[in-house]
Amino acid sequence: MSGELSIPQAVIAPELAWVGLAILLPLLSSVVCALCGALRVKNKLPAIVTALALAISFVIIVRAYFAYAGPVEVPIFQWMSFEWGSGGRFQSFTANCSLYIDSLTLYWMLFVTGLGTLITVYASEYMESDVGGGYSRFFFGISIFLFAMSALVLGDNLAMLYLGWEGVGLASYLLVGYNYDRPSAVAAAKKAFIMNRIGDLGLALGIFMLWANYGTIQYSELFAAMKNGGQTAVDWHLSVIPFLLMLGAFGKSAQIPLFTWLPDAMEGPTPVSALIHAATMVTAGVYLIARLYPFFELHPEALATIAWIGCSTALLAATIGMMQYDIKRVFAYSTISQLGYMFLGLGVGTSFGACYHVLTHAFFKALLFLTAGAIMHGFAGQLDLRKLSGLRHLAGWRIVSWTMFVGCLWLSAFPYTAAFFSKDAILLQALTSARADFRFLGWMGLFTAALTAYYTFRVWFRVCAGPLHFEGGNEGHGDHDEHDKHAAHAAPAAFHPHAPGWAIKGVLLILALGALVVGVPAYKAVFLHETNWVQEMIAHSSAYQGSGLGSGLGSGLGLGDAGHAGPVSHGDAHTPTVLGMDAHTGLTVVGSTASIGGILVAWFFHLRSRKSADQLRAALARRWWLGWIPTAMENKWYVDELYHYLFRLPLWFGSQILSFGDKHFLDGVLVDGMAKLPLALGRVFRPLYSGALQGYAVTMAGGVALVLAWVSWVWLRGMH
Amino acid sequence: MNDALSSAFTIIAPAQISIALAVSAILFGLGLIGFLCRRNMIIMFLCTELMFQGAALAMVAFARMRMDVSGQVFVIFILTVAAAEAALALGLVVLLYRRRETLNSEVWSELGES
Repeated sequence: MSGELSIPQAVIAPELAWVGLAILLPLLSSVVCALCGALRVKNKLPAIVTALALAISFVIIVRAYFAYAGPVEVPIFQWMSFEWGSGGRFQSFTANCSLYIDSLTLYWMLFVTGLGTLITVYASEYMESDVGGGYSRFFFGISIFLFAMSALVLGDNLAMLYLGWEGVGLASYLLVGYNYDRPSAVAAAKKAFIMNRIGDLGLALGIFMLWANYGTIQYSELFAAMKNGGQTAVDWHLSVIPFLLMLGAFGKSAQIPLFTWLPDAMEGPTPVSALIHAATMVTAGVYLIARLYPFFELHPEALATIAWIGCSTALLAATIGMMQYDIKRVFAYSTISQLGYMFLGLGVGTSFGACYHVLTHAFFKALLFLTAGAIMHGFAGQLDLRKLSGLRHLAGWRIVSWTMFVGCLWLSAFPYTAAFFSKDAILLQALTSARADFRFLGWMGLFTAALTAYYTFRVWFRVCAGPLHFEGGNEGHGDHDEHDKHAAHAAPAAFHPHAPGWAIKGVLLILALGALVVGVPAYKAVFLHETNWVQEMIAHSSAYQGSGLGSGLGSGLGLGDAGHAGPVSHGDAHTPTVLGMDAHTGLTVVGSTASIGGILVAWFFHLRSRKSADQLRAALARRWWLGWIPTAMENKWYVDELYHYLFRLPLWFGSQILSFGDKHFLDGVLVDGMAKLPLALGRVFRPLYSGALQGYAVTMAGGVALVLAWVSWVWLRGMH
Repeated sequence: MNDALSSAFTIIAPAQISIALAVSAILFGLGLIGFLCRRNMIIMFLCTELMFQGAALAMVAFARMRMDVSGQVFVIFILTVAAAEAALALGLVVLLYRRRETLNSEVWSELGES
């Protein structure tokens, strides 16, 4: 931990309490939306309120950014406070509702609130068929999500982070299950919630252990305790904490082994997929690790685990994405894959690369999802890329096609796009690492980049290029369902797509522009040799050790000098090269080749000669040792099935046994048995009550006779 | 009067008590047997009266033996109650007869559960 950079001590600044409005406003708007729902408001009021609240939040964050001078802690009110014993460090627990504002917070909040606003505007048109119905519920969910996400990012302690963490999980559950009358949506919502619970268990335990070792859960105090060497911490605890926290991050950010919920979460309305399941919520895991980066630094194997998991997830998800036919699912797997890159970046020691990739990914992925949403909206739920073709020739769809093209270029990390720089910052750090396994991961990441380019452009060449033909989906949305029905009456075979309006097109254009703009920090760094803005932001936060700035610990892209090994390997002196070239140049060449190569392959198979894709598949299928691969990829490598047999089936089996025991032992033997006892006794004595009058008389007489016999027996015995 | 009474009580010998008790037991036993064997409700009712009288006779006999009139007073009460009860019971029998057009007690076994 040597070097001129360190985590600056936070200053208490109560005068900045207005930043707290960024948390409060979405909460207020959620209340308004709930009221709108209760009062059955039949207009777009909920959307307007939400968009306004988020826009003001965004403005507040921008103001805070310009007013920012160094990390501050803004106390608002005391939330929880317990004391016991002497009330000392380990005998008290305090969690304030306070804000911790440093550059990482601002960086995150800028794109969260900004994209939140844009996507709300988009959703106001996208969801219009539900006005008066689920419209208020939808925007209630969005507001709750933004509230929780802001609390997660702005909170100054881990309790607030946990509150936000659970809150975004709840919002995700509510919005994935938005169409609660569709069983698949309900199942997907439950799956997302339950898989997140598994991760949250790790996060909660990690927070408990942090408290147990440092006696506080406030960031500033934790960092101060770290700086003092963390004398209070138990060694083995320190090696367990990162693994627990990382489990939470893996759950929220859909990494192996908890990634299967994200593709299913695409059951939610597309703006939700764009906002929550691509741009913001799923990056919470990256935020968590970046925020607590010093604790991960303590344990190199934890970082290595993150790198391995991230890179394996990237590759696995990319291979699955190659064989999916549902556009949204392709994008969902690409999200998992890109999140894998971010974890790879964190793991190999470049928090800068990871955070930069978060930003670029947020823009281009939101853009891609929103274009997919526009298509879904216009083609009555049609998302099968085999049933759509050549949309760019269709009037009213040019903007969608070309903004999608921009998104695809960015996702495939086309040379000199923003994502190219952010992805290369990660890969450069991996490839120049002193650790051989990290260099291997770097090559694996490059291979994945080629796959990414291929599957991304597979979608674009199929859907937007080529001859124009399309089939509508079978999903009617409310009012234009009506409209489609009229069309169907007029010409039964023809389907009339419903071109997007300006709320959708405008947002798409702004996002495409945003995707360009987020490249500016990298352009400035590469061409003007200035310091990358993102790098600057990260360097002054708790994740400074992976920023590549200062202390010579590592270097991201665009600094002129290729990075030395990450913080994981201290003091190695080899000059990093990639393929014998200077690392920087080498990676530019290799990365561009991977990206362009992938695009060309996609062009050949999905535009030039679409038949050859099928022929290739058929040719592969003929070879028994290859034929299973495409099928397995199409079936998501059977991970869902594996989990089904490994976890769900044994659990189901166990539950059946317990249910049997409950039904037949607890209920059957104990409860019902007790009830049957008097019944059985009654059955023994029932014949006495035959209803025949003489029967009763005989019983009575017999009883009297017995009593008499007994009395006389006793009497006679007494005579002796 | 007092003298005559006391002399009348004193001449009763224990053997004569035994005879009175035997008659009472026979009356009671006949009543019981009749009650158990017959199905005609009026006869069964008469049999219960017979048992009553057996018991009443035993009381009178014991009262003589113990030189205590309370047993005899009891009998007067029993007779009164029995008279009232007889009116009630015969009324019931008439009602039951109207329901089933028979005096056989076996048709009235609904109280039994099976």
